[in-house]
Amino acid sequence: MTQFARTWYRYASPASFYPLAGRLVPVFAVLAVLLAVAGLYTGFVVAPTDWQQGEAYRIIFIHVPAAWMAMFIYLVMAFWSAISLSFRTRLSAMMAQALAPTGAMWAFISLWTGAFWGRPTWGAYWVWDARLTSTLILLFLYLGYMALRAAIDDPRRADRATALLALVGAINVPLIYFSVRWWNTLHQGATVSLTAAPKMAHTMLTGMLLMTLAAWCYTIAVALHRVRTIIIEREAATRWMADLDEDESDPEYQARGTSMPLAAKERQ
Amino acid sequence: MTAMLDWVRMDGYGFYIWSSYGMLALALVIELVALRGRRAAAQRRARELRADPVPRA
Repeated sequence: MTQFARTWYRYASPASFYPLAGRLVPVFAVLAVLLAVAGLYTGFVVAPTDWQQGEAYRIIFIHVPAAWMAMFIYLVMAFWSAISLSFRTRLSAMMAQALAPTGAMWAFISLWTGAFWGRPTWGAYWVWDARLTSTLILLFLYLGYMALRAAIDDPRRADRATALLALVGAINVPLIYFSVRWWNTLHQGATVSLTAAPKMAHTMLTGMLLMTLAAWCYTIAVALHRVRTIIIEREAATRWMADLDEDESDPEYQARGTSMPLAAKERQ
Repeated sequence: MTAMLDWVRMDGYGFYIWSSYGMLALALVIELVALRGRRAAAQRRARELRADPVPRA
């Protein structure tokens, strides 16, 4: 077994992952704040006024990262759902569950900020454009995912049902992305591409990318924090959780830097 | 002061810009408060469960 596989299997266990996530949350939270401050400074102070859209374009510093995050988080959810269905690993289903509320939040922010950008530039808060409509469907998929999970009492059954929904719903993500190419839409095409030069000023692009990185770090921090909560909810009756509770009341717990509860580690 | 107000007005687009950023701030606050509440509730339930365990079927 390779070192990667060993590490993967080790952290697929909620008992090992819980303390690791606890150590990563503050790192990503601090990074998110620093990147957001840098991104907002670049977006509002350094970046010039757009010659065509005026100051209204400054909404893109949150609209574009929110739209990217909403799409990407759904794909990550689908990935963890596929792993959960294939290998029946508890933590994979918990990861997918932890991402859904934040994905829904980004999808909502994407639609909200898009509406407030659309009003001054298109003259309407909402049009039944392919890009907007498919993003609205994405929000409904997130809400449906959370509603389905809440409706099923047995967590393992809920894992399987929601995993199927996440996988089927993933087809919507390429539809959102390519909608501006496949249909004649009011929404503009991609401004940033991996294969072409950016169609915007360097400082604008820098501000947008900094805000995107901030959104990434925020999402990772929140998802890790939420997955720890889900682990508490679902593993409360386990022995390792009881040991962890004892460990966390120990003032030396944080200083030890163990990747798993001491009591559980000593039993191994 | 005037320069500050001009900046807030954003050349007439202030309502659209600040409504967008304001909603983001509100959404982040709601998410973080909800997350904190859920974690506190989960920890409380876990302690209750350990104090008074119910045999599993």
